[in-house]
Amino acid sequence: MTAPNDRNDTGGLPVPVTPAGASSGAPAEHPPSSPAGRGMFGNHGTGDVSGFGGLVRQRKPVEETPRPYGGYFDEVRDALEEAYPAFGDAIEKVVVDRGELTLYVRPERIAEVCQVMRDDPALRFELCSSVSGVDYLGADERRLHVVYQLTSMTYRRRVRLEAAVSAEHPHLPSVTAVYPTADWQERETYDMFGIVFDGHPALTRILMPDDWEGHPQRKDYPLGGVPVEYKGAEIPPPDKRRSYQ
Amino acid sequence: MTTSNYATERETTEGKVFTVTGGDWDEVVSGTDPINDERIVVNMGPQHPSTHGVLRLILELEGETVREARSVVGYLHTGIEKNLEYRNWVQGSTFVTRMDYLAPLFNETAYALAVEKLLGVTDEVTERANTIRVLMMELNRISSHLVWLATTGMELGAISIMLYGFREREYILEIFEMITGLRMNHAYVRPGGVAQDVPDEAIVKIREFLKMMPKKLKEYEDLLSGQPIWIERTQHVAVLDVTACLALGVTGPVLRSAGLAWDLRKTMPYCGYETYEFDVPTHTDGDVWGRYLVRLAEIRESLKLVEQALDRLRPGPVMVADKKIAWPAQLAIGVDGMGNSLEHVAKIMGQSMESLIHHFKLVTEGFRVPPGQVYVGIESPRGELGVHAVSDGGTRPYRVHYREPSFVNLQALPAMAEGGLIADVIAGGASLDPVMGGCDR
Repeated sequence: MTAPNDRNDTGGLPVPVTPAGASSGAPAEHPPSSPAGRGMFGNHGTGDVSGFGGLVRQRKPVEETPRPYGGYFDEVRDALEEAYPAFGDAIEKVVVDRGELTLYVRPERIAEVCQVMRDDPALRFELCSSVSGVDYLGADERRLHVVYQLTSMTYRRRVRLEAAVSAEHPHLPSVTAVYPTADWQERETYDMFGIVFDGHPALTRILMPDDWEGHPQRKDYPLGGVPVEYKGAEIPPPDKRRSYQ
Repeated sequence: MTTSNYATERETTEGKVFTVTGGDWDEVVSGTDPINDERIVVNMGPQHPSTHGVLRLILELEGETVREARSVVGYLHTGIEKNLEYRNWVQGSTFVTRMDYLAPLFNETAYALAVEKLLGVTDEVTERANTIRVLMMELNRISSHLVWLATTGMELGAISIMLYGFREREYILEIFEMITGLRMNHAYVRPGGVAQDVPDEAIVKIREFLKMMPKKLKEYEDLLSGQPIWIERTQHVAVLDVTACLALGVTGPVLRSAGLAWDLRKTMPYCGYETYEFDVPTHTDGDVWGRYLVRLAEIRESLKLVEQALDRLRPGPVMVADKKIAWPAQLAIGVDGMGNSLEHVAKIMGQSMESLIHHFKLVTEGFRVPPGQVYVGIESPRGELGVHAVSDGGTRPYRVHYREPSFVNLQALPAMAEGGLIADVIAGGASLDPVMGGCDR
């Protein structure tokens, strides 16, 4: 699979190159499964001689979708633009993928946007179905994303809002004043990702014990598993096993 | 035993007698009103038979009135979402099925729908697979509602209904065992379809069940609906109106009992629900009684759906045709549950090297899912069960989050309980039907 290349420059070390057919066959990749971001397997330094070590994973940033989006997505965008004067400042990009609309919102604006999304008669997203987080470690500088799934019962529509914050300053306003149902879900997101929702009435841990250290759903959180013996063989903990990327 | 500062004493023919009333307690309690001021904090749970598993309630009581109620969850947190990130996409089914253990097939179906949407194969899922999913989910809905009826009955003092509810649920679990090999934790609905076809004996058994169940439902109603204690304990208890439900994100039978006919099977259909005939039962009182009626009516609707699904079961494949996704094995039920069929093992080991390679690649590496994210919501017996799945293009989920109706609905407990009687906390909590395995994940 490794493409032939000149190895003299690097003192005989293989240089990562894009293998033939990587742009046509395999799906595009973002973000990487391992910090190194290369190779067929997740565990490095194992002396893998299969020849797959030259595979390079490509990170494709999520790109803004050009209009028209199709379906009700254009209507939602227009209604929000009309009802919310600060649209241009608050909405970073609009992405339509797999029949779902995602609005990337500047974190400090999230509560305002939710308020408009709920109250505007042309939008009417009465129900905040879900609030959760995703940690895009290594793929995004603002690696911690908070994801809100809003549901409009009036128009039977769904929209996803996404706000990205950095691990160094993981703060954004709470939406509990707009959607009281976000209370526990924001607590869970805080518990799992360490994202602080300013203005939340009681932001404490909810699933993990109160004295727990760290935020388990972050990608750099150590699993802390130990090897286990099974039928005479030693099975390494899940994050130390040889795995496919 | 000489003189005491704490009790007055006097001599009698039987010996010395102490009288322990009195003392300085008059001073201690002066200034407090024992009727109105006495507030005590009671910890209910996490080990309490009426809290549906390990739910802990902290109640501040004034006499028998609940002034403040707070629920504490997390005792059953098992890190399923985190675990999923270290297994391939197909193995995820085995994990998610263990979340809400009373509705395992819903967990699996929601997960499968999300993975299929990520893969872009939603339309390729075969007709038969979708029909089987509907069939299994509706049977599961009945069994889940039966457990609700059984446990709620027991908590409110009706022991017979507990026995009846679990008895009929057992019948459904036997059907599940025939089809999936297991009573619970099936891992039957897989990305791309279902693990294997429904055997003919199971169809016969489901038909028998359809004949039997309406009579049983009548029995339950005869037992409960006219019973004064049941009515007293449920009517106008733990009321939650539509406004409160929407604000707190409460969905499912609780929302419908308040009058809003919001059912994702109707409003945002999946698995072909739009082609079935069924009604969405509602009630207007928004109390425990309304939730009882709504759930009983939903069992009837589910029976209709099961019957329709049986009628439209046509022979055909139960897994997508794409061999890069479809699990390569033809599974069969053996004495120890579901596993690879012997013919398949004979084929890959003895005849076809190509099949062996394919099997090996799919089982060890799994399939790759193009990067992106999706959200899929389905109507579980407790409300909207949502799956937010993120892929980075690899063979394992990058992140899977479950929007669990038990978790979200439990937030409504203080709103239901505060200001009511402590006995109604049990009724109100039970009417939310929380399953802690799902709530804590």
